[in-house]
Amino acid sequence: MRAILWLAIVVIGTVSLGVVALHRGETLNAAWLVVAAVCIYFIAYRFYALFIAEKALGVNPARPTPAYVRNDGLDYVPTNRYVVYGHHFAAIAGAGPLVGPVLAAQMGYLPGTLWILAGVVFAGAVQDMTVLFMSTRRDARSLGDIIRSEMGPTAGTVAGIGVLLICVIILAVLALVVVNALAHSPWGTFAVACTIPIALLMGVYNRYFRPGRIGEMSIIGFVLLIAALVFGRTVAETPALASWFTFSGPTLALLIIAYGFCASVLPVWLLLAPRDYLSTFLKVGTIVLLAVGIIIVRPDLQMPAVTRFIDGTGPAWAGSVFPFLFITIACGAVSGWHSLIASGTTPKLIENERDIRFIGYGGMLMESFVAIMAMIGATVIHPGVYFAMNSSGALIGTDVAQAAQVISNWGFTVTPTELTQMAHDVGETSILSRTGGAPTLAVGMATILSGFLGGKALMGIWYHFAILFEALFILTTVDAGTRVLRFMLQDLVGHALPAFRETRSWTNNLVGSALACVLWGYILYQGVIDPFGGIWTLWPLFGTSNQMLAAIALIACTVILFKMKRGAYAWVTIVPTAWLVICTVTAGLEKVFSADTKIGFLSHARQFGDAIAAGKVLAPAKSMADMSRVVFNDYIDATLAALFVAVVLTMVVYGYISIRRAQSAPGITAREIGAVPA
Amino acid sequence: MDFLRSAYKWAAQAARLMVGVPDYETYVEHRRAEHPDEPLMTYEQFYQNRLKARYTIDKDHLRGCC
Repeated sequence: MRAILWLAIVVIGTVSLGVVALHRGETLNAAWLVVAAVCIYFIAYRFYALFIAEKALGVNPARPTPAYVRNDGLDYVPTNRYVVYGHHFAAIAGAGPLVGPVLAAQMGYLPGTLWILAGVVFAGAVQDMTVLFMSTRRDARSLGDIIRSEMGPTAGTVAGIGVLLICVIILAVLALVVVNALAHSPWGTFAVACTIPIALLMGVYNRYFRPGRIGEMSIIGFVLLIAALVFGRTVAETPALASWFTFSGPTLALLIIAYGFCASVLPVWLLLAPRDYLSTFLKVGTIVLLAVGIIIVRPDLQMPAVTRFIDGTGPAWAGSVFPFLFITIACGAVSGWHSLIASGTTPKLIENERDIRFIGYGGMLMESFVAIMAMIGATVIHPGVYFAMNSSGALIGTDVAQAAQVISNWGFTVTPTELTQMAHDVGETSILSRTGGAPTLAVGMATILSGFLGGKALMGIWYHFAILFEALFILTTVDAGTRVLRFMLQDLVGHALPAFRETRSWTNNLVGSALACVLWGYILYQGVIDPFGGIWTLWPLFGTSNQMLAAIALIACTVILFKMKRGAYAWVTIVPTAWLVICTVTAGLEKVFSADTKIGFLSHARQFGDAIAAGKVLAPAKSMADMSRVVFNDYIDATLAALFVAVVLTMVVYGYISIRRAQSAPGITAREIGAVPA
Repeated sequence: MDFLRSAYKWAAQAARLMVGVPDYETYVEHRRAEHPDEPLMTYEQFYQNRLKARYTIDKDHLRGCC
């Protein structure tokens, strides 16, 4: 009976995937994508994940987990697997899986979808599960600790530098997504600005009136949030009010940097915690809502399976399928960040090693499904609208007539009226060059959700709801991330100046926060004023850094498998490691050295440098000052890309040395904590 | 009915854990069983303790960004 069921799933999955892959011409219904993805997830979970758990890792249901060994009722608590699953998913889900697929959609829905599915099955979910397993076997220690103890202190430090770099890039890029979504949008800006007083109110309520009543305060916050969202339309339609909330990109960038600084020095109960509660619940709720929406509406995908930009000349980001598609979609396929979560709070809650497959592998499958939904969201809208939103002003100009003409010439026929109409439908003055993924996804979500709740009249509300939902958790990240960066800087500078390490000192916190904000703020600001549109320049750097961390985590897992004398199964992590190393190193080197000025930072700097020497101003720069800034930033970006490559290669070398050592050792050399495996 | 009640209990427990607050009853049971002579935190103290733990940053607690 079971065999028949699985056979049916295999057949349905194969047929759906075949339809998705081979479909040409007419529009394709999103249901095919959903069914193909879900069948693949089930098959991968039932067979491949089980193989990895039982054969490669050798989970031992009899081995007591840290939750039992160190049970304190607080951090270490044996917890029901479904409850841990919810916790783990909420911790790993973020902005990454929502933005990457939207950008990848410029090549059509097919290339991105195939990478999301293959990536999660063979790389992303394997990484999450294996790291979770390794950490559970080591008293729930962190990835950094595991690397230090299994591969030596130098490897640990190199990995630490990698994490610091990612933190800077990630904060800058995520803040840039918010800036691009809110620039010249009084409705969105008003709603997002309101989240600050709402969070403060919740914080005070929770501190002084009803401590610990999370449900109560979240409901109050949610009601106020929706009120702000609805009232935002009135703000946008009243010129006197709208002018208060209409900002240019650079002004918004400065405001967000200032916000990041203030938020990160305030006590956590006042702003960070209530905002975190709101954004966590809103995030999970919206993801569920979107899934329901897609299943009920079953929209048609307007974007072709493969567009002409498969050749690497697309307007959202430059570069060919290999390696750039694989770094553009980072989080939905494989995300290095998850290795930090999987070696953080989750392993302290695992009741039994048997649950690791469900929580680690299964949690990542759900994240991948979020990426598939983002892909659907980006491709249900008119391709002309998609390209109008994701191309910088340098390519399509700043008025709808010119934009419509340029995009129609690319082969995606669209009229100026269609572009104006879409802007009007979602309650904005313009949708041109709203790069960064979030606004595109918001239009897609508004299209889907208004399809079953509210119709066209509510499209504006849904669009801004989607913007609010993304901005809310990105700003929470900005706050929390600035604190993390501050800590890492304090730790780093503390080597030279020990007094700086004292985290209870106000001076240290102020200086540390300011330093952290300057670091990511600088990159954010250069992204906002970048004549090419910052996403074009910065997203590939972010993708490379995230995949780099994933490669580091997988290298550590591979080393440990060899140290456990399970080298015969180590291919389960070697294959994704090799792929990620090839992708990040190729992408990093191309970003630095490619002769194509659209891709290589150095050749681009040379092109602009030569023009400066000749006294010429190259579009889209408008002045000589613009020109020198472009050159300077090119060098910074080139340095970052080169650093990523250096970190990955160093880790590969350390990994290789550790593996050889493990192979020549007579017995098991893995340093597990707790019971010795039988 | 029982099913609904336990489903609600699980959902509430999962929602709280998502924001870093584990089950208080489990904590009380654990303390009663393992450390019966030691003082027990009230729910409010327990909550403040968890709030602090969630946002404290050190080498082992670098909460993610992505």
